[in-house]
Amino acid sequence: MDSQAIATHPEQEQAEHEHSPYLRHHFANLEQQKETSTFGMWLFLLTEIMFFGGLFTAYLIYRNWYYPAFVAGSHQLSIGLGAFNTAVLICSSFTMAMGVHAAEMRWRKPLVGWLLATLFLGCVFLGVKAIEYHEKWEKHHVPGLNFSAEGFTKLDPHYPEDKPLPLDMAEKTQVYFSLYFAMTGMHALHMVIGVSLLIILVVRAWGGAYTQGHMTTVENFGLYWHFVDIVWIFLFPLLYLISRHQ
Amino acid sequence: MSTIVSLPDQTTATLPKRSYLNDGYGLKSWLLTGDHKRIAILYLISITFFFFIGAFFAGMVRLELLTPPNDLMAADTYNKMFTMHGIVMVFLFLVPSVPATIGNFVLPIMVGAKDLAFPKINLLSWYLYVAGGVMTLAALILGGVDTGWTFTTPLSTHYLNTHVITAGLAVFVAGFSSIFTGLNFIVTVHRMRAPGMTWFRLPLFVWSHYAASVLMVLGTPVLAITLVLVVLERLIGIGVFDPAKGGDPLLFQHLFWFYSHPAVYIMILPGMGVISEVISTFSRKRVFGYTAVAFSSVAIAVFAFFVWAHHMFIMGISNYSALVFSLLTMLVAVPSAIKIFNWAFTLYKGSITFETPMLYAFGFMGLFTIGGLTGVFLGSMGMDIHLTETYFIVAHFHFVMVGGMLMAFLSGIHFWWPKMTGRMYPEGLSKLAALVTFIGFNLTFFPQFILGYLGMPRRYAAYPPEFQVLNVLSTAGATVLGVGYLLPMLYLTWSLKYGKIAGPNPWQATGLEWQIQSPPLTTNFEETPLVDYEAYDYEWLANKTKHEVQTVG
Amino acid sequence: MSELTQKEILDTEPTHHAEHIVSPRVYGIIFGTLLLLTATTVGASYVDLYAFNVVVALAIACLKAVLVILFFMHVKYSSRLTKLTVAAGFVTFFVLITMAMTDYISRAWGMW
Repeated sequence: MDSQAIATHPEQEQAEHEHSPYLRHHFANLEQQKETSTFGMWLFLLTEIMFFGGLFTAYLIYRNWYYPAFVAGSHQLSIGLGAFNTAVLICSSFTMAMGVHAAEMRWRKPLVGWLLATLFLGCVFLGVKAIEYHEKWEKHHVPGLNFSAEGFTKLDPHYPEDKPLPLDMAEKTQVYFSLYFAMTGMHALHMVIGVSLLIILVVRAWGGAYTQGHMTTVENFGLYWHFVDIVWIFLFPLLYLISRHQ
Repeated sequence: MSTIVSLPDQTTATLPKRSYLNDGYGLKSWLLTGDHKRIAILYLISITFFFFIGAFFAGMVRLELLTPPNDLMAADTYNKMFTMHGIVMVFLFLVPSVPATIGNFVLPIMVGAKDLAFPKINLLSWYLYVAGGVMTLAALILGGVDTGWTFTTPLSTHYLNTHVITAGLAVFVAGFSSIFTGLNFIVTVHRMRAPGMTWFRLPLFVWSHYAASVLMVLGTPVLAITLVLVVLERLIGIGVFDPAKGGDPLLFQHLFWFYSHPAVYIMILPGMGVISEVISTFSRKRVFGYTAVAFSSVAIAVFAFFVWAHHMFIMGISNYSALVFSLLTMLVAVPSAIKIFNWAFTLYKGSITFETPMLYAFGFMGLFTIGGLTGVFLGSMGMDIHLTETYFIVAHFHFVMVGGMLMAFLSGIHFWWPKMTGRMYPEGLSKLAALVTFIGFNLTFFPQFILGYLGMPRRYAAYPPEFQVLNVLSTAGATVLGVGYLLPMLYLTWSLKYGKIAGPNPWQATGLEWQIQSPPLTTNFEETPLVDYEAYDYEWLANKTKHEVQTVG
Repeated sequence: MSELTQKEILDTEPTHHAEHIVSPRVYGIIFGTLLLLTATTVGASYVDLYAFNVVVALAIACLKAVLVILFFMHVKYSSRLTKLTVAAGFVTFFVLITMAMTDYISRAWGMW
């Protein structure tokens, strides 16, 4: 039994990779390191699923409880802005994916370009979100800080087929807007974190940090960005669309 | 059959010249370290600190309950005392206790890795823990918090003007520390195992930590978002849990217990891992039914997410739902029983020796069984409605958490102390401490079962005089228990300098961590280990030691 | 040495995967599909489908999410472990919802 040969195998492999400046000391080789960090990122996204999961559960329950209030509340959102923002995020996901591709191909300038495009689109999304929030504030739809259910007890000229809500149900639009702000706010917070990280990424990519054979950071950031996109993919129909017609 | 292994002669053992302890000196080399062993020591120190803070509050609670009227402190103060006891003990001691200290120290070595997968995240996790701890202390110094550790709404959001937000954010931050520990463990177990270390060669300690880590990663974020909502509700008055605005306080309970029930298993599973190691080592026998014990950990982790509403039977949830949750709760008894029976069978015909870790492990087995079985009582709806919110439930979870988990923690600390420090603890004194702990524990908490059964409600500063005898017994027990916990801290600190030198494998245990020097090198192994034996293979160890040329120094 | 032991010793989890670079063409196609689906879901929301408005909107959202996960996030080309991780997240979320629902749909005083 030549266990000796087998035993030395990992060390040989290690020797081959020892020169890579990116290999941290506790990994046997770069492949293990890359797989490890990607898996770690996925686990982190797993926690994110559960983080938003609590909010989605609350949404599901309250939508069934206060259906008319949720319908009336969602009619106050602009489908146009929502759809525009959805498109913006999908575009940013595409540019991010292309950025990862550029990093894989070790193209420095295209990588910086795609990342800048992603950064720009992320900022556009946040800008539109700010406009929407501002509008909510103007309309007194911010629970706790600036809320009035008055608008819901009267006929809305934009939705002439919407019957005015009785006062107690109109008050329940607070639940809708609480969830609206909690969900989109958490999402926007993730966007802000993403945008901040992107700025660092762009600077380092310009210096060539990710185009010399070590691009795990870009790839993991891409996973994060796509995840945030997916959250929005669900938020958009739930908050804006599905009650359009009731 | 058990293999007879003679313990090595410790008189010839010397401390290794190089180890993780003398690889760099100064505060900076500790506070910026990436070494999982040093982070484990950092955790051990901070956890011990918070344990004694929590214990102080427990002492105040017991002292108040010495006499029937609330004469020592006002009812409000008493509320703050038990709340701080709960928050500190649950989030700052029990959840990180075994995983962040012992797990952090030995898990990477057990799987044959040089470090955890993400050393920096590991360090970050400690800093988050400290931040959470400091915020808890801040809440305490600013005037305390009196929601109970459960942050029950609408009490926490509307009816109190104590420092709920600070405490809530503290738990939020500490929660992320636990998420990062869990994440690190899962990745390490998947990706960092040494060649030959297959899943079914992993020590059961690793299996149970893996299961607990899955719970940390999946459960804790739900608590995080729930606390965020509570804070937002308190801060700006959004209406997710506020009944006045249409929210459902029960939804808070659902989300909270969706984490906090699995959290119970986050606390106990690592302790079970310790017990598996200790029982096997001191009976010189492979754990009976290795596969069953391994999968029972996984089963506990899976069932954890299906039983949470048994904390809510009296809160007004649907009867049908309560029935479903009650039935599912019974299921958890199965994997727990598998473990207890398999440990008992491991002892059967083993060459048992009664070292201190083993004494604690015996304590665990008995007390955990009582705690677990009373859990089955409480899982059945009729009993629960009668006994919940009485001292019965207090006794129940203290039997599991203190009798189970703390015994396991102390067992593990004694067991791996030679590995961590290179020195033995004083055997006689530690056996005494184990005994004192066991007696003190039973004296403290057994009367509480009776108190609860007789109907004394929990969370009140005053009680009718007929309960006084049992309460005095309980408080007396708490004093004994306090001595039982102070002793190890004192003699373990003493042993750092004066303890006998342990040598690499004082217990003749089979885990990879015992095959290297103690205290280990910073890189753990001189060369990547190659595992060609099963876990707990004492014959392999006997052969190895027979042929081994003793090289020391 | 038998093949089995060798395999055991060099225990590489069945999770290794060859480096797979997704071509920009695939990204482009997925990108187009996603935009198309967004337009569809917005359009569908203006048509009165009664209860099916919700079904359609959520089905399209799920489809979009799956496309992003599989292609943009490379799960289609990833190891079984990654796939399992993603699945675990959704399963646990599903458990949270269903088990909470057992309460909400059957409360005596409920508003379901």
